Amino acid sequence: MKIGDMIAPRKAFGDALVELGRINPGVVVLDADVGTSTQSILFREAFPERFFQCGIAEQNMFGMAAGMATLGLTPFASTFACFVARRAADQISISIAYPKLGVKINGSYGGIPTGKAGATHQAFEDMAFMRAIPNMTVIAPSDAVETRKAVFAAAAHPGPVYLRTARCDVPVIFGPDYEFEIGRSRILREGDDVAIIANDLMTPKALDAGRILEREGVSARVIHMPTIKPIDEAAIVGAAQTIGRIITVENHSVIGGLGGAVAEVLAEKSPARLVRLGVRDHFGESGDYEALFTKYGMNVDSIVAAAMEIAR
Amino acid sequence: MSAEAQTCPALDAKELDRLRGLCRQARIDLLRSIANAGAGHTGGAMSLVEIVTALYFRVMRVDPARPDWPERDRFILSKGHSSPGLYAALAARGYFPKERLSEFDVAGGMLQGHPDMLKTPGIDMSTGSLGQGLSVGIGMALAGRLKGLNVRVFVLAGDGEMQEGQVWEAAMYAGFHKVSRLVLIVDCNSIQLTGRTDETLSLAPLAGKLEAFGWRCVECDGHDLADLVPALERAVAVEDGPVCVIARTEKGHGVSFIANRVEWHAKAPTPEQLAQAIAELEGAK
Repeated sequence: MKIGDMIAPRKAFGDALVELGRINPGVVVLDADVGTSTQSILFREAFPERFFQCGIAEQNMFGMAAGMATLGLTPFASTFACFVARRAADQISISIAYPKLGVKINGSYGGIPTGKAGATHQAFEDMAFMRAIPNMTVIAPSDAVETRKAVFAAAAHPGPVYLRTARCDVPVIFGPDYEFEIGRSRILREGDDVAIIANDLMTPKALDAGRILEREGVSARVIHMPTIKPIDEAAIVGAAQTIGRIITVENHSVIGGLGGAVAEVLAEKSPARLVRLGVRDHFGESGDYEALFTKYGMNVDSIVAAAMEIAR
Repeated sequence: MSAEAQTCPALDAKELDRLRGLCRQARIDLLRSIANAGAGHTGGAMSLVEIVTALYFRVMRVDPARPDWPERDRFILSKGHSSPGLYAALAARGYFPKERLSEFDVAGGMLQGHPDMLKTPGIDMSTGSLGQGLSVGIGMALAGRLKGLNVRVFVLAGDGEMQEGQVWEAAMYAGFHKVSRLVLIVDCNSIQLTGRTDETLSLAPLAGKLEAFGWRCVECDGHDLADLVPALERAVAVEDGPVCVIARTEKGHGVSFIANRVEWHAKAPTPEQLAQAIAELEGAK
């Protein structure tokens, strides 16, 4: 894959699981009857004896994964992000995070793009919920390159990890030498009028906005922040102190996710002007996802407008 | 074969006497720890005393000196609120000194209100939110099989706990996939927090439900060690599917004024009640 290719992160997730499974015999994959969608099914084809089809029973799936982790296996338990956060919240908190078990949780179809399934299948609060659980690491990678690296990083991490993967095609923005590290952000574009902090599939939109803003005479720093817990406080404080005007852009509710996490750091460490772009505390709906990004004020034009406003 | 897979003495009158003595002492110890804390789930802790004693002193292959031994049998107290009964058994078995039972429910102590595998030696899984233990037990049994370890898993649930939906997701999985070396023990003490289980949300017919899910079920007297021990040993020897041991018990068993009373679900004895209970238990020798 090369920069600019359109690849769905979920596909990168499935491919990475297979690659990981080849080198690590302790990796097992659990599915709740959505593997053909999340792409964890690729692992079943490669390693059927290490793939556990749990049926439409997410609570049991996460409990089984916890039990497997107690014997030293590295389970990847995968379903849609909406079911991770809403349905299995208690199991993830008590059976996985509280005993610090090394279960890797994949929340696929995060945010708006779900195949037009609508509100019931659009997780806008999964990052907020997972971030609030002690011991949990929370990652929303952007492109296929980063998703692959995040799968390997999650497996190497001793504790529980929540890894969100997008359904739709996302432009590849990282080259093959990109190094992913849990908790570390990246400045993808330098600028000093406004800082745009993004993750998930919003980072390519933030980069597009940065290019448009440059033509408009506004210099935007684009910070990609794939890990929202632990969050890269230094990068946020640095942007606050050198620029003082920050926009967060997330495929999620503005409550409790990237915007919430950045707001907390700013409020405590270095107050700065902040605008949060994201879903503004409402349920989703069916429809073309780009149309919904526009409707909810989350498209490239919205980022540009917010940046022009705050940079003025 | 490890030294811990030892041959137990025959389950004769002498051995039964020994086990009964351990149970009597466990009830005294758990009541003391609850009274010391001024909090704890007395009734359910007392109903499972024979079950955990049978497991830790007869049935399970464990080594208290090596609580992390990879091939040990696993135990999950899915009804985690009954922890004082488990702690008393673990202390008696030598996982930690009995004096440490006084740390139960004490801030900074080793013994949490609900079992914490990161704080207490011998606890194989943290529990407390009801309904979660069986799923974890299935994961352990499957992981043991995948890793080629002869791990056998025992999950102890309450009868009220069987009202949780997750239990039935797990039961469906274990039955359909014939997960063996997995024993679910249901401590059927017939009482839950607000009332009698049959009046709250009846599970009847519990065996029939589980059998429909692909399980074998055996019923036994959960306080009669001569009945309970062989039932557990036979259950874990079944190689082609999961087995449920439905243990008929009495909540608060062993002390006249605690036994079979709804109000003792989560009440701690006063110092006077503790003294009276200990006198009763010691008098029963």
